[in-house]
Amino acid sequence: MKSFTYERATSPAEAAAAARVQGAKFIAGGTNLLDLMKLQIEAPSHLIDVNGLALDKIEATPDGGLHIGALVRNTDLAADARVRRDYALLARALLAGASGQLRNKATTAGNLLQRTRCPYFYDTDQPCNKRKPGSGCAALGGISRQLAIVGVSDACLATHPSDMAVAMMVLDAVVETVRPDSAARHIPIADFYRLPGDTPHLETVLEPGELITAVTLPKPAGGKHIYRKVRDRASYAFALVSVGAIVQRDGTGRVALGGVAPKPWRVAAAEAEMPRGADAVAARLLADAKPTRENAFKLPLVERTLAAVLSEARG
Amino acid sequence: MPPAKPPAKLPATSPALSKVSLTVNGEARALELDTRTTLLDALREHLHLTGTKKGCDHGQCGACTVIVDGRRINSCLTLAVMHEGDSITTIEGLGTPDHLHPLQAAFVKHDGYQCGYCTPGQICSAVAVLDEIEAGIPSHASADLTARPQLTPAELRERMSGNICRCGAYSNIVDAITEIAGRPL
Repeated sequence: MKSFTYERATSPAEAAAAARVQGAKFIAGGTNLLDLMKLQIEAPSHLIDVNGLALDKIEATPDGGLHIGALVRNTDLAADARVRRDYALLARALLAGASGQLRNKATTAGNLLQRTRCPYFYDTDQPCNKRKPGSGCAALGGISRQLAIVGVSDACLATHPSDMAVAMMVLDAVVETVRPDSAARHIPIADFYRLPGDTPHLETVLEPGELITAVTLPKPAGGKHIYRKVRDRASYAFALVSVGAIVQRDGTGRVALGGVAPKPWRVAAAEAEMPRGADAVAARLLADAKPTRENAFKLPLVERTLAAVLSEARG
Repeated sequence: MPPAKPPAKLPATSPALSKVSLTVNGEARALELDTRTTLLDALREHLHLTGTKKGCDHGQCGACTVIVDGRRINSCLTLAVMHEGDSITTIEGLGTPDHLHPLQAAFVKHDGYQCGYCTPGQICSAVAVLDEIEAGIPSHASADLTARPQLTPAELRERMSGNICRCGAYSNIVDAITEIAGRPL
């Protein structure tokens, strides 16, 4: 790990202002950042510890939704009675991710900002456009079984690893931030992530030094909430494919995929097909898929997982 | 071996030091550490509490699990300086050779280990798992999110999945935890 200086911030504005320093990074749970720092994939020269910012509350909003502080731990968000009752999709997605130890540390904002687990991003002896822009992508023609099938480019095949973010996408969450100049903004999660294109190192629309302060959920959507994750072992593994869905009695609803794209994958045209069944929904979700030989199995796996989810919703 | 020679030149960037005060197994400890020091290294290398083990050092194996302010975490994936004022319990704080924690005794009784390297992490994790079930925190194995979680083998296996045992003592670990589950500790 490279040497760094360390400070504890006491307010969001102070933290964002401190992030003006070249090479500075925020640290909250640290479960992803420290992992990457040990491998020198991340090498901040200054860490701003934001754990003291009192952003750890879950509060009702005036319009019937929830305001989730950026520092609410994954365990606490999944265990919140309102989340379990009204946003079960979110609780289920959180509980499908990581381990008990990691969920106790990992925060709501940090979960959204997880970096990819692409093996070539982690292997510093290999080219990776995300880790070292312009160096090339070793996953193209490499081991790509776990990697993305939609939203990819010639520069990057990485997947977004989060389960929680899939649920946030289906729930129309809004990300609240503060910038170094103290300006706050609200970013709908549908606009939060970037596709790789030829700049896969840019993963979100956040600006340098911009700090997430909260994630808000609109009022509950009702319906049946299902999160189904398919993985290589029964627990503590990233998704090969996951499906997050809210299905109403009349068969309409919302759906997003995890494990198949550089961001949680939601397509409006696919949702319109939900009453027609899994084939139609999968066809729309994967219309522009560019699978590799190794990960083409994800195409039928998406359709079958969708079929299982829609069947469970009817049941 | 001859004593190591001092380096000819100091590194371009010297390590940054930071002070931290924490309570470990009930005892107040004050340290001045390189900011890079993980909680795991602070416990093992600075406080010489070597019961907590370093396995993968990347949060994947659970050998480093300790309990911080009542919650289990991977001590390898957190910096010591981030724990100012925190209360940390390691395996040394749970039991001693003469006064085993009930879970330690149950691990012995049920042969819940072979080489024993993952065992301190398994036991710290299991102590916290029983508290999590008691507190009503749901898991991936909970059929009903809004009901009280049950003390089933499926629940224990899911909740313990962050602790890897290369010897494969899992079924005996589940037996050991099951024996203690539901008893006042």
